[in-house]
Amino acid sequence: MSKRTIIPFGPQHPVLPEPIHLDLVIEDEKVIEAIPSIGFIHRGLEKLVEKKDFIDYVFVAERICGICSFIHGMTYCIAMEELLKLEVPSRAQYLRVIWSELSRIHSHLLWLGLTADAFGFENLFMQSWQIREQILDIIEETTGGRVIFGSCKVGGVRRDISAEKLQEILKKLRSYRNQWTEIGGIFLNDTTVKHRLQGVGKLSMEQAKTLGAVGPMLRGSGVAMDIRMTGYSGYNKLGFTPVVETAGDCYSRCKVRIRELDQSLQLIETCVTQMTEGPLEAKVVGFPNGEFFARSEQPRGEAIYYAKANGTKFLQRLRVRTPTFANLPPLLTALAGCQLADVPVIVLTIDPCISCAER
Amino acid sequence: MGALSKSPWIIHYDGSSCNGCDIEVLAVLMPRFDLERFGVVNTGNPKHADILLLTGSINHQNAPIVKSIYDQMPEPKVVMAVGICATSGGIFRECYNVLGGADKVVPVDIYVPGCAVRPEALIDAAVQAVGLLDKKRAAALAAEKEKE
Ligand code: SF4
Repeated sequence: MSKRTIIPFGPQHPVLPEPIHLDLVIEDEKVIEAIPSIGFIHRGLEKLVEKKDFIDYVFVAERICGICSFIHGMTYCIAMEELLKLEVPSRAQYLRVIWSELSRIHSHLLWLGLTADAFGFENLFMQSWQIREQILDIIEETTGGRVIFGSCKVGGVRRDISAEKLQEILKKLRSYRNQWTEIGGIFLNDTTVKHRLQGVGKLSMEQAKTLGAVGPMLRGSGVAMDIRMTGYSGYNKLGFTPVVETAGDCYSRCKVRIRELDQSLQLIETCVTQMTEGPLEAKVVGFPNGEFFARSEQPRGEAIYYAKANGTKFLQRLRVRTPTFANLPPLLTALAGCQLADVPVIVLTIDPCISCAER
Repeated sequence: MGALSKSPWIIHYDGSSCNGCDIEVLAVLMPRFDLERFGVVNTGNPKHADILLLTGSINHQNAPIVKSIYDQMPEPKVVMAVGICATSGGIFRECYNVLGGADKVVPVDIYVPGCAVRPEALIDAAVQAVGLLDKKRAAALAAEKEKE
């Protein structure tokens, strides 16, 4: 038996935009075990509910993570609306779906770029981010922010998008679709890229289920599970079916994300055709009371918000379970037995977002 | 910025941020904003870096790492605090686990506010950093000459 060595990976590492530390136990070039240590981004946001009232906290919820920011804010709002027994107007729900799906498109493009960077394809990285910039332009035009939108509030949304603007957005998105189909083709058909993704970081359906994987990690292993199926915020009216791939390797998770790009565009199209004029928000009266679990599907998987309130301005407890946290055990399983050079690709394949995992 | 000033390399580290600013830092290095036209290259090795770009309000576990990255960088060096949480703690200021700003751990030269930071502000700050770096280098050279 050859000697075992421990290689520290992170917290500061070029492929990681955010700090996480892994101790990789290796034998020759093979990774036997990965031991994580986390806590570099923990800020204690859940405890902040004691200092910021339930209306103000939306801004903090949005800053749990800067990539799924809108969906974080929205999930928090859904929990509050349930506790306040508020009915969100239908136009606001459609607008929320549109912004959620725009977030998903930009997040998946970001992921494609980072993955390309992880296997050393710099050009593809830049191409993906180039398309992403155009999506950010749409977001900036409609909300005013590039990464933190600030357009969701308890009871509805802050801004409207006019009918002409919606048509314009659709036209733009359709032309961007051609662009992402083109780079998607490189990810899925290029021999070199396939070589780096196929058969790497295997996770079987059984493992994905028992370890509690979420999001594309779960759907890439053949499980048809997506919280959008539960129909929150009007997803039930849009005819949604999840994207599923069965191979369970990095390639199939990549394919799930590329197919979800098209799906998100489709959802936005449906929203635009179904939308009717109407009010944007319901008035907030009283204080939240009781407890509730809100669930939503972020680009990285399922997020759960648990809120407990006692009829005062401040919540008693807020608990957030985010997709990256749920995906850490499957990641460690996928890492065991891989080549050292594949570690960056496999770590990225769960689309790690450390700031939301640690809050 | 003289024609002969050095191309500054940056190292980026996330000191407990929400990720929003980090994504903007990366976006600025992409073709749209193209920070590389000022000769700026993103490096992963502190020993190659001239500019330390810090985001986030730095929590207790992260502080020694930030300090260690700073110490490993060769002189002269410039530290940029990016985003309102790196400059003052921002929205996380009242959290129990954060120190409240990059300047609690390392000396900061340039503050870049914004939540999230605007790419234009970042580019402006990077240009300032290049100027500052030149100044620091000139001062160090002058001090050395004096010794001789
Ligand atoms: S300044 Fe705002 S966007 Fe930037 S890291 Fe802090 S909270 Fe996030």
